[in-house]
Amino acid sequence: MTLCNVLLVDDETAFVETMTKRLMKRNLTISTAYNGDEALQQLENSKNIEVVILDVKMPGMDGIETLKEIKKRFPLVEVIMLTGHATVESAIEGMKWGAHDYLMKPCEIDVLMTKVDQAAAKKRRHEDRIAEARIKEITSRRA
Amino acid sequence: MKNNNLLQSPFYQSLMRNMALTVIIVSITPMILVIILLLNQFQTSYQEKMEAHLKELVLKHKQNIDSFLKERLFNIRHFSKIFDIDQLSNEQFLNERLAILQSEYGPVFVDMGIVNDEGKQIAYAGPFKLGKADYHEADWFKKAIMQPFFISDVFLGLRGLPHFILSVKKSYKGHEWIVRATIDFMAFNDLVENISIGKTGYAFILNRSGEYQTNPRTDSLPSRKILDELLLEGGAHPEKVQISRKEDSSGKTSIYVTSFLKNGDWLLIYQQDIADAYSIVRRAFRIALLIFMLGSLGILIMAYLLSRRTVSRIAKANMEKEMMNQQVIESGKLASIGELAAGIAHEINNPVAIMVEEAGWIKDLLEEEEFRKSENMGEFQRALSQIGNQGKRCKEITHKLLSFARKTDSRTQEVNMNQLILEIIGLTEQRAKYSRIVFKNNLQSDLPSVRASNTEIQQILLNMINNAIDAMEKNGGTITISTQKSEDMVLTEITDTGPGIPMAYLGRIFDPFFTTKPVGKGTGLGLSICYGIVNKLGGKIQVKSIVGLGTTFLVMLPTFEKRIETVIKNINPA
Repeated sequence: MTLCNVLLVDDETAFVETMTKRLMKRNLTISTAYNGDEALQQLENSKNIEVVILDVKMPGMDGIETLKEIKKRFPLVEVIMLTGHATVESAIEGMKWGAHDYLMKPCEIDVLMTKVDQAAAKKRRHEDRIAEARIKEITSRRA
Repeated sequence: MKNNNLLQSPFYQSLMRNMALTVIIVSITPMILVIILLLNQFQTSYQEKMEAHLKELVLKHKQNIDSFLKERLFNIRHFSKIFDIDQLSNEQFLNERLAILQSEYGPVFVDMGIVNDEGKQIAYAGPFKLGKADYHEADWFKKAIMQPFFISDVFLGLRGLPHFILSVKKSYKGHEWIVRATIDFMAFNDLVENISIGKTGYAFILNRSGEYQTNPRTDSLPSRKILDELLLEGGAHPEKVQISRKEDSSGKTSIYVTSFLKNGDWLLIYQQDIADAYSIVRRAFRIALLIFMLGSLGILIMAYLLSRRTVSRIAKANMEKEMMNQQVIESGKLASIGELAAGIAHEINNPVAIMVEEAGWIKDLLEEEEFRKSENMGEFQRALSQIGNQGKRCKEITHKLLSFARKTDSRTQEVNMNQLILEIIGLTEQRAKYSRIVFKNNLQSDLPSVRASNTEIQQILLNMINNAIDAMEKNGGTITISTQKSEDMVLTEITDTGPGIPMAYLGRIFDPFFTTKPVGKGTGLGLSICYGIVNKLGGKIQVKSIVGLGTTFLVMLPTFEKRIETVIKNINPA
């Protein structure tokens, strides 16, 4: 049983590959994407992705736009922004748009793991509460 | 004064010269023209007027003298007509006639006499004992006996006094008689001597052979040559009044007005020194010259001052423009360097991130059982953590660069001096380390912020610190930066332990283009730009230096609140 289902989005292939290996070693299920469109495609395809690790600076559709799109189409999916220093502002902006947190590259793997755990936990809490609400709704309907 | 130094440059020198020359030429030329024109007109008309006046004068006197002689002659002719020789030979009768003439005309008639055709005076009336004088040898008698009437030249005669004779020939009883009268020389002289103008203008009479007929003034007698010339020239047109200028042997030019009298026997000459005659013109010349000189002096001074002031203003404006240009260029340069740094930093960030991740991955793999027992396990661990550490260091460096780059905009905002100082220290520390220079800081923790642009403050701090590092490059030292609040000012003190600035340079270090660095190393603009920025922000910059001990720059900037206050005050002056 994996800890959670993570989508890693970055245009740096080498970074994505290594990071995938390291995270998988830490019992995460990783799917990867190298740009915004691909990320959205992946999310479309596998509904069980819980957390997205998203690089802010990407060619084409950049991190913020991708984030907005994700939040619009998959509001429950949690996003962790990954950024270089120059784009801290955009990471902060990202949080306004609903990102769970941000991290600066290069980052400690342990810190990343913690954030992913938190994000996953948050998402599950959300889902649980949604489920609860549904149940409530259904039960109340019965009644 | 720095302006003076600027004015020494050939460009401003020639600008100043051209401007002054233009002013001088434009002002002096019309003045010269007007003065010359007026003087010329004045001289011409004055000369004409004066010559006309002199001619008139001489003509009038000529007429006076002529009529005097004519009238006296008439008196004698009258006597000779109405009385016969017998009557006139009676000395008592003659004395009575003389008395009548003298009572009528004053002492003009000195004596009277009757001379027979042999030259014997048969009767005489007068003060001299000339009763039986014999004139048959006398020059005048020879001429008088030939003509019905005669006026002699002036001569001494028997009495030994200058006089001349009027004589009338009369036929009586088959003999020729001559009735003669002597005219007093002094009385006649007065007629001529009355013509006296100025200091040197006087008149005299010459006879045809050039002998003086009146008493000329003893000083400045014209030379014989001139008199001969005058006689010759006058002889050409005896009826006209002539005017001429002649230079005597001593080089003095005189004006001569001449006219013949007594049917061309005598020449009335009026002589005046030209300098005297034209003394009024000369005075006008002198006054004009004085005015011209004073005017020229005024123009020269004005041209100098005006051009100097104008050029110094131009120079100042140019210098300010230059400084502003440099400032724009410098801040533009800094901004583009910032952008470049940001780009590089970001690009490096990614590979470093990958490297760190790869190292992390190796570390992960080493955790596996199979490697645990490896003998080099400790070394692997050490090497990997070293890679991690160096990666972090790279990250710090790029982060500093990025943060520097982000601040290279010239918008005015609230700036925390301490933070900027730490950033700049971070940027320059590496360079300083190579020169064995240590940074120390003593920053006041609750420092109020200042209102400025990050770029400009960075520029000031970088310039100062770079200067300090340059100064201590060889021998190393310490740069101490301290901040402190003082009333409404934030004080930043940058102290180095370098060789110090010599007294002679201290006054000039903020001048643009002043540098002691070798050619190509420094522009001489760094401190001048700092000065400009600090000034613009309403602050002050001061320098203290002791040769051998070090230099302290003190930058005082108004606090954020104070600056806002002054800005508002400037917009709405109370």
